[in-house]
Amino acid sequence: MLEWWYRLLDILLPLPWLDHIFMKNALLAVLLATPLFGILGTMVVNNRMAFFSDSLGHGAFTGIAIGTLMGGIKPLTATIIFSILFAGTITIIKNRSSASTDTIIGVFSSTAIALGLVIMSHGGGFNKFSGYLVGDLLSITPYEIKLLFIVFLGVLLLWLLSFNKLLLISINPSLAASRGINTLLIESIFSAALAVVVTVTIQWVGLLIINSLLVLPAAAARNVSLNVRQYHLFSGLIAIVSGVTGLTLSYYWNTVTGATIVLVSAALFITTYIIRNRFLD
Amino acid sequence: MKKNNHNKHPHCDGNCRGLCCTIIENFSVAFGKKRILDNVNIHVHCGELTAIIGANGTGKTTLLKAILGEVKHSGKLKYLDAKGVRRGYPLIGYVPQYLNFDPSTPTSVFDLFMACMTNVPTWLVSPHDIRQRVSRSLELVKVGDLINRRLGTLSGGELQRVLLALALDPIPDILLLDEPVSGIDHKGLALFYELVSDLREIYDFSIIIVSHDLSMVEKYADRVILLDGTVVLNGTPNEVFNHDLSRRAFGTFISKQKSEARPAPVHEEGGIIC
Repeated sequence: MLEWWYRLLDILLPLPWLDHIFMKNALLAVLLATPLFGILGTMVVNNRMAFFSDSLGHGAFTGIAIGTLMGGIKPLTATIIFSILFAGTITIIKNRSSASTDTIIGVFSSTAIALGLVIMSHGGGFNKFSGYLVGDLLSITPYEIKLLFIVFLGVLLLWLLSFNKLLLISINPSLAASRGINTLLIESIFSAALAVVVTVTIQWVGLLIINSLLVLPAAAARNVSLNVRQYHLFSGLIAIVSGVTGLTLSYYWNTVTGATIVLVSAALFITTYIIRNRFLD
Repeated sequence: MKKNNHNKHPHCDGNCRGLCCTIIENFSVAFGKKRILDNVNIHVHCGELTAIIGANGTGKTTLLKAILGEVKHSGKLKYLDAKGVRRGYPLIGYVPQYLNFDPSTPTSVFDLFMACMTNVPTWLVSPHDIRQRVSRSLELVKVGDLINRRLGTLSGGELQRVLLALALDPIPDILLLDEPVSGIDHKGLALFYELVSDLREIYDFSIIIVSHDLSMVEKYADRVILLDGTVVLNGTPNEVFNHDLSRRAFGTFISKQKSEARPAPVHEEGGIIC
């Protein structure tokens, strides 16, 4: 299915670490997933949703547990549905309740992860799930890459159609509401999209660092961006550079790919943090 | 018990002097059992600056929110053009009290405007025609040079003007300002009020300002409404400030004004003056 890609790489980048098919697959996955995280991350950070997106990871983890409990095969559909419901419930309760968002997310997140762990450990079969904690990018298959591509297109569409509204909501929800924006709807759609992306990618990047991939490139970009176009450009670039560099390093160092990417991201964040005063007024 | 005649249902017999007119009719707002606003009747004309004053907790912000539709209320908002013909729901430009936002957000003034004006994604493009439109809006309030500045770097006064420019695109039928100049120094205040006052000469819309700043209100408002859950007084600044009820609500400022101006008769009958 991906022969065109393999041939392209052989011609353009005949590097030793790209010799193996699984590395070629991983590179394509990184090139799709990292800008996705970079773009989504801009609004996650703007809306101070880092804790929320972290909880989505936990929800996805539980979704996998529940899905496996119900079926035997990779239960992706069930997991996605569960994640969307999870995200939706938190969003609605957040809007209705006077309890602090922090607390609500904390309650959901911890309950979800505990439930997931209990289900997975029942009968002593936890080991096969530990992969979800750490992730295994190198195990990605062409079919899964196609899935990732569809998700990428979906988020791109969302960004093209609704970004301005998202931006206004992120600046001040009352201002957005006063201009006729249905804030609950847009927030819910955004949360759902986030939930889908997290669920689909968690098996490759792992629960423990998925949030970092969302937050770090955008946080790094913030240090050097003066407007929304720059914000997206830098967030995407930093994410992609982190991804490719991290992938390469993980090959040579023989380390977990997802976590290595995050370390590169962190280094870039520190860099932009140090030079931030040159850019900001 | 003095009858409150300022809150009677307004009749503008004739054509409201040929001005377009916004009628706030019997607005009431209740949160649970507590009545915040009760039967508020106000008539606002185009080209007029109406100030709503009142002590804290008298329902001024709630009234604004009700006009905006953010708060559930009973009663109707009507908008009539200069001939008295019903014109549907008026376009409302709202300038909030302040904008609570994250000052480190990487959003420029231009981004804020573009996001309000169009659905064309501002993360992707910044089209020239939109840039020009934003420039013009900002020039209107004399802050054209702020177009590329990050929101978090604006001063209180600059932000207030940007929010005003935002409310003026497109030109609304009613401009609502909610205590727009809290936290700005006196000179900035005067400039801001002057700017708003000038605008109503250029554009024929109604302006409603909720304000605590009685000196500014006295100088720039055409009409003043004293609110306390309902309309207590409605008249020109002179009339309202010299009235007993105002003096009771605002104490020293009013009595100072009285010693300077001759007392004018306040209309005790006939409800709202058109």
